[in-house]
Parts: sequence; structure tokens; C-alpha cells
Amino acid sequence: MTRYTSATDADRAEMLAAIGVSSIEELFADVPVSLRLRDGLSLDEGLSEQEVHAELRALAERNVSCDDEISFLGAGMYDHYVPALVDSIISRSEFLTPYTPYQPEVSQGGLQAMFEYQTAICELTGLPVSNASVYEGPSAVAAAGYIAKHTNGRRRFVVSRGVHPHAREALATLARAWEMEVVEAPLEDGLTALPELDDTVSAVVVAQPNFLGAVEDLAALAGAAHDAGALCIAACDPLPLALLRTPGECGVDIAVGEGQTLGNRLDYGGPSFGFFATTEALIRRIPGRIAGETVDVDGRRGFVLTLQTREQHIRREKATSNICTAQALNALAGVIYLSWLGRRGIVELAELLVRRTDYARRTLTALDGVDAIHEQPVVREFAVALDAPVDAVIARCLAAGINPGYPLAGEGYENGLLIALTEQRTREHIDRLAEVLGEAVAAERDADRSHAGVSG
Amino acid sequence: MSVEASTERVTGSNAAADDQLTIYERSQPGRRAFVAPATDVPERPLDELLSPELRRAEGPRLPEVAEPEIVRHYNRLSKRNFDLDTGFYPLGSCTMKHNPKLHERLAALPGHARLHPLQHPARAQGALELMWRLQDALAEISGLPHVSLQPSAGSHGELAGVLLTRAYHEDHGESRTKVLTPDTAHGTNPATVTMAGYEVVKVGTDANGNVDIEDLRAKATDDVACLMLTNPSTLGLFEPQIDEIARIVHGVGATLYYDGANLNAIMGICRPGDMGFDIVHFNLHKSFTQPHGGGGPGAGPIAVSERIEPYLPRPQVVRRDPAGAGANGGSGADRAPVYDLDFDRPRSIGRLRGFQGNYGVFVRSYAYIRSLGAAGLRDVSETAVLNANYLLARLRELGVLKLLPAAYDRVCMHEFVLSGGPMKRELQIRTLDLAKRLLDHGVHPPTVYFPLLVDEALLVEPTETETKETLDRFAEIVAAVLAEAREDPAVARGAPYTTPVRRLDEAGAARRPVIRQAL
Repeated sequence: MTRYTSATDADRAEMLAAIGVSSIEELFADVPVSLRLRDGLSLDEGLSEQEVHAELRALAERNVSCDDEISFLGAGMYDHYVPALVDSIISRSEFLTPYTPYQPEVSQGGLQAMFEYQTAICELTGLPVSNASVYEGPSAVAAAGYIAKHTNGRRRFVVSRGVHPHAREALATLARAWEMEVVEAPLEDGLTALPELDDTVSAVVVAQPNFLGAVEDLAALAGAAHDAGALCIAACDPLPLALLRTPGECGVDIAVGEGQTLGNRLDYGGPSFGFFATTEALIRRIPGRIAGETVDVDGRRGFVLTLQTREQHIRREKATSNICTAQALNALAGVIYLSWLGRRGIVELAELLVRRTDYARRTLTALDGVDAIHEQPVVREFAVALDAPVDAVIARCLAAGINPGYPLAGEGYENGLLIALTEQRTREHIDRLAEVLGEAVAAERDADRSHAGVSG
Repeated sequence: MSVEASTERVTGSNAAADDQLTIYERSQPGRRAFVAPATDVPERPLDELLSPELRRAEGPRLPEVAEPEIVRHYNRLSKRNFDLDTGFYPLGSCTMKHNPKLHERLAALPGHARLHPLQHPARAQGALELMWRLQDALAEISGLPHVSLQPSAGSHGELAGVLLTRAYHEDHGESRTKVLTPDTAHGTNPATVTMAGYEVVKVGTDANGNVDIEDLRAKATDDVACLMLTNPSTLGLFEPQIDEIARIVHGVGATLYYDGANLNAIMGICRPGDMGFDIVHFNLHKSFTQPHGGGGPGAGPIAVSERIEPYLPRPQVVRRDPAGAGANGGSGADRAPVYDLDFDRPRSIGRLRGFQGNYGVFVRSYAYIRSLGAAGLRDVSETAVLNANYLLARLRELGVLKLLPAAYDRVCMHEFVLSGGPMKRELQIRTLDLAKRLLDHGVHPPTVYFPLLVDEALLVEPTETETKETLDRFAEIVAAVLAEAREDPAVARGAPYTTPVRRLDEAGAARRPVIRQAL
């Protein structure tokens, strides 16, 4: 017996007698003897609850979290404030512990929350159709690519370098299996520069804002895609959509994105949720669960999973996706968070982000040895180039208790740094970053010069 | 509860109408819950920062509601859900076992919950060590040496597994086109095969519920890339000829894939790696207690054999023993291993998603494995199998199996399949009616109409965390529903009566989809 099982020796004896066998071993008679583990698993013995707590707390303490430093890390996940009511509601057993709502009569809470979530995503994206969520952001881009493949059967994706590198890679992983080619479109002065598009292009994939923080002209990109008969897929950061022209208004066919910023914790990268919205034309190709409104036999309003003939448990190999469930609990956190922000609050929050980002960009690029990589409008994140080795500068900032951002060397900007803001990073934090970053860059330039002096 | 009582409830209430309002319908202009922090930076005109051409004319029409009403709205919604913490949930193939409360507390520790995924590995050593230890434990449990935690769910793990197979064959200069799945397989298996660019070929089931070996032999040709198998199968039966199946599959150069949906039956008893499987996925939300969350999140790590290892997704969590850690190593601290993310994997299939996977799920599953240890995990599987067989015996004792016979009359593993065919013929109620009537008794029905090859199927998985008394009570409820149906089948056909809503018009919902609120 463990602390999570209840069968006492007396229970076991009684149960085995009822089954008509004399030992548990007999129940495993179908397992060939040669396969049975004689010595058991080679794992440590179990621990008491308080010992497990102590061990996992000790591991937690060996991480430097956003509680421990002033962090300007973003690049796909952001340290937004999660209001207390989100934790309170999503930790309720009634939301935390059910399975997917296969029995709608006893799942109205979850189904209605999905319906409310879908409505919020439609409002954010300006598109008429949303599913109940998918795994997370980057794989949602790959899932959108699968729709494009089935919609037009063409053999190439044109993917902007402004799309998050993890999303580009997730799409490329699947494109190989589909024997499709991924062509990258470069960023010029921070914005996507599409190549000539022809009738081999299945979809154009862009991001809003893009990986360097720049706001793209989504309408022009979608227009170019449509002129070539391709779909336009946009990976969007949901909070800035409170201010920006919506993907729907810009003609985007599929808007997806990482939902972490909507009331979900960082959790070292997951679980979060991906949102997935599209046009009426593509409604029967969308992956995953969708909640729909209906009535019961007494005429009362109710909600069910709907359009299930797209899905794997009905259509099997002909399904529009292999995805089974959604990220229901994370999407629930999302809709609670959006209700908390509310119609005016989300705009106020987005405007605050824009203003703090602008202030941070102006303050930092005024420093010696810190230059903007582009001058495009930004909303929550911006990229700078340092006139000093970025890793060494970051190390100096960390020593001063500031995590200055994400190095962009992997994206081809040798001493580039991507700096993200949230409402939790105040002017005081930004000013402190400017002080520390300025000193770090100056110190590294000096070190570089003295090193050059010695070797030269 | 009787039909009359439920009718009273149905007709009695204006409260019910209020319960049915959405958060948008509770909105009133001017109300709010969020108060923005003060703008502490210069308030430059927005037009200078973002030109009007880039901006939307009207913001998203989110609800306008103060905190008390948001809390009350979602708390009321929660009460319209059935949940595992409240009642028995024998949903076959979903392993609805208890979710320990400790795990929620651990996952919420700031060092886990507020750790940024792009934090430098040197500053995320606790997280990487936890992941490495979880990989190590899953390798031991599966009997396969290499683990990737990256896939987000079971279906994502399946996709990873089939892509690994493709990469393995391509690397060996082979191009194969088919993947075999049993006709009992979960729907995700064939859907995954298509998504990974292969053609599905179905393998039949023999009279005992096992893979039809002759059918497999005939279909295992040299253009087959993989056989995807669940063992125990979705019929709750262990494949006694697993050795022969592995021989046939490997004989044509294909890989053998283990769908870990049913791992809860065999932990510490036997291991997929020892059975000859090359690739395994785990459902951490089934066997390893991640709460199901009303349909996610989960996690679907994979374990693979040596020959598949080079193709695992990027990045991999690795442990590096520092240079000089041998006999002449430095101080204790210098010799401590370092955990890292390895991106240098040239033959990898690439990424499947962002960052490192669903870390919050890993925290819970690792805590579970540490709580139980080797003996505890074995106890889990033994008790899961004991509970399933006991429940089957109780149902037999109460005469239920005369109307709901076991699809295959054998010792089952952690779950079993009943057929509602005789019940339908004799009592004129379908499996669906039985399921709906169970709702009135406060239990969640088993999985219904799956596996597809069993007529009017019910797939029952009690799990190890249920008591004998709960199983007894469930058996009695099923017997009572059948007795009631013999008297008056209309009762079950009209069920449920006591739930927040009654049977819903699903066909109408699909014909005229209303999938968002009209605002």
C-alpha cells in the first residue's frame, strides 16, 4: 500500500477470493515469464511527503527565477503579473481534475469556459473562428502549416526570419515529413522582406510583432500572400493585439500564438497554451476541440464539443490533426485573465507596455556603445546591438542583479540583445538597467582595448 | 434520484437562467477588475509611438466586470463540472487516478513557476537536474536508455515517435511508406501516421483479443516503417505473443512503437524495452498524475533505444561531468556534475515545440516517482490490475455480465471492455443510455463506444486509487440501472435528470455551429 492506494491486506485477500485467484501474480499470467522483472525497478525507495517537499524545494532554490533578479528576458515568454483570482479559480478541483468534456451534461463549466475563451480569442484576433486551444505557440505554427498543406497542396512555406526561431524549427521538423520546403524571408531594417512569391507557395508565415520586436505591416504581407494564391499565417503576441490592427482585419487566414502571457506562469517554458483562430472558410480544417452552444431536451442553454467529425477519435487517419485534447486549464486561466483585464484594462495595459518599451529603447540607445538594430515601431520588446561582446556584458549585468535580455547571436546579430518589458518592469528598473548596461558595455570596451593594446 | 424530483428541479428555477449567463452577459460598461500601475514614464502621444494605420479602431470587446462577479461567475461554472476529487471516474484509457495535492504546491514554488525558459542553463541547474532525473527514472521504467521530455502530450509523443522512425530509415538510405496500427488503436495513432506522411495499414484482432499474428505477418512487408502498439491493448489485455510480434516487425526492418496510454498496468512488472519496443511515449497526465485540467495540459515524453537516440528532438537535457572529475579532481564543489541543454545534435529531427517542454508537469511527475519509489510504482500497477479484475468479478457476481458481457473472457489488466449488445437487444437501452443514467447516480461513466470493434463498447478503468467500497458501490449502481431498465427502459433513455443540463442537441450544434458569443 502507498499513501495514494487503499487496498489493505484484508482487502486484497477478499478481492483475490472474489476474482478466484490466489495471488496477484496470477493476474499477470499473460506476461511471459522471461519478460517479468525479477529484481524490480532500479529506483530509489519512496519518500514521505515532507521529504519530497524538501527535495523539490531544494531544486527550486537552485534556479534563478524572476523572483531573484530584475529580468528583461522575453523572446517568446514574458514575466507578466498573474492576478490572484486566476490561481484561486484554476486550483479548484472542479476545473483541475476532470478529463476532457466527453459527458457534456456534467461538464458545462469547462465547456462554457471554452466557449467564453473562444469568444475572447476571436475578439483579440478579429477572426470569426477559434478552437479551444492547442499545445503552445511554436507547435501551433506547425499545425497551421498542416492546414495550408491540405488546403492548397503546394510544396513550399515562405517563413519570415521574424517568426520565433522555435516556431520556424517546429514547422521545419514537420515540413520535412511532408516533403515540403521551407524558404526563409530575411528581415530588412527590422521588417520582413518577402521574396518573389509564385504558385508553389502554400503559405507565408510571419509574426506580429516579430522576433526583433518590430510591428509588421500585416496587411501588406497578407496581401502579397493572397496575390500568389497562398495562405497567410501570423504568429501573434496576444496582448499587443489590444492595440494593433487585428490579423482578421489585415486578411490573415490563420492567427496563432503563445498564450502564456494571458494569465499563465512562466513554468520554465510550459505548460501554457497556444491559441488558434481562423476564417469561416477553414473552419472544418481547424485542429483540436471546439465548444459550441446548443440546447438540452428541456430547451435550456448548454454547451457541447462540436464539429467533431474533424477529429482523430472519429475520423482516425482522415482527421485534420492528431491532437487529442486542448490545454483546457491554461486556456481557462487565459479567459479569466482577459475578463480581469476587461475591455478598457487590456488597452491600458498594452499602452503602458508601449510607453515603457519606448522609454527603455530611448534610454538605452542613448548609451555609448548601445545602438538600435532597427527603428521600427515596437510594443513590448526591442533589439539593440552592443559595441562589446554580448556574453561578457550579460555576465556583468547578472552580477549586478539584472538580467538584461536574450542574446541574439543565434539569429545572426553577433552582439545583439533582445530586451523585453512587462508591467512588472518599472521605470526604476529600466533606469537601473541603463546604469548597469552602460557600465558593463564601457567596461568591456575598455577591457577589449587594453587587451588589443597588449596583443598589438 | 427519481424522474419526478429532477423535473421539479428543472421547472423550479429562475436561478437556472442566471447560472447560464456567460461572462459577456454579466458585463456592464464602466466596471473593471484591473487597475493599471501608474504610468511612470513620459506620456508621449500614442500616435508618435504607433501610427494610427498600425492600430485597430476599436479594442477587443472583453467583458467589463469587477472582481467579485468574475470570481462568482467562474466558481458557479466550476459547480457545473463533475470532477475526480469529488467522485468515481472510471474512464477507460484515461487513467483517472488521484492527483496528489503536494504536487500543486511544489509546482507553484517560485523557483519552478517563475523560472524563465531562456534563463541561462548555469542559472537553471535545479530545473535541469530535475528533468535529467526524471529522464533517468522514465528510462528505467520503460527499459529504454534515452529520453526526451519535449513532446507536449501523448499525441505529440506519437508524432515524435513516427518522425524518429522516418529519420532513422532515411539515415539508413531507406524510404518506407506504411505504418501498421491494430484495429483496436486509439484514434490518435492513425491520425499521427497520416500527419507524419505515412499510409495507415490496419492489422486485425484475433478471437482472443490479441493482435492477429497471421494478419500481421501478411502485412509486415519491407515498405512498412513501424508498428504502433499499445500493450496492454485498448481491450485491457496483455499481448502474450509480444516476442513474436517484435520478431516479425524487426524482421522486416521496421520499428516497434509503444503507445504508453496503458503503462499504468505494468510499472515495475515488465518493461516495453525488454519486450523489444524501440520507441515509447509516456502520458505523464495518466500514469504520473498530472491533473487532467478538463482537457489538458499533459506531457508526452518519449524513450528510445540506442539506434534511435541520434534522432531525438533538440535540445536534450544532459549531465556533464566536469573535466578532471577523476581521481585527481578538485574540491567537492568542482566535481559536482553540471546539467546543460545540448543543441549540437546534427541528426536530430529538430524541435517539436518551443523551449524545453511542459516543465510544470515534470515537477509533478518527478515528485510522484520520488514519493512512490520502485516498490510504490509496482504497487500502483498491481493494485490497478487487482481493482479492475475485482470490479469485473463483482459485476459478474451481480449478474451484470449477462447483459454486459466482457468482450473477451480473460483475466484483464488495468481496464476491461464490456459489450452492451445483449443489453440493447434485451432491455432496449443502449450503452449511451446506461452512461447517461450513471450520471444521475453521481459517477462518471466509463469510456463509451471505444474500442470500435466491440459492439456498444464500455471501457472501464477503475485505477489503483479507488477503494474496494467504491468499486462495490459502482457495481451495485450498474446492476440497479439494468434492473430499472428491465422495469421501464424509458427512464434510462431519458436520462440524465439531475445534472445541470440534460441531453444536449449535439447534431444541431454541429449543423449550425455557434462557437462564440455574439457581441
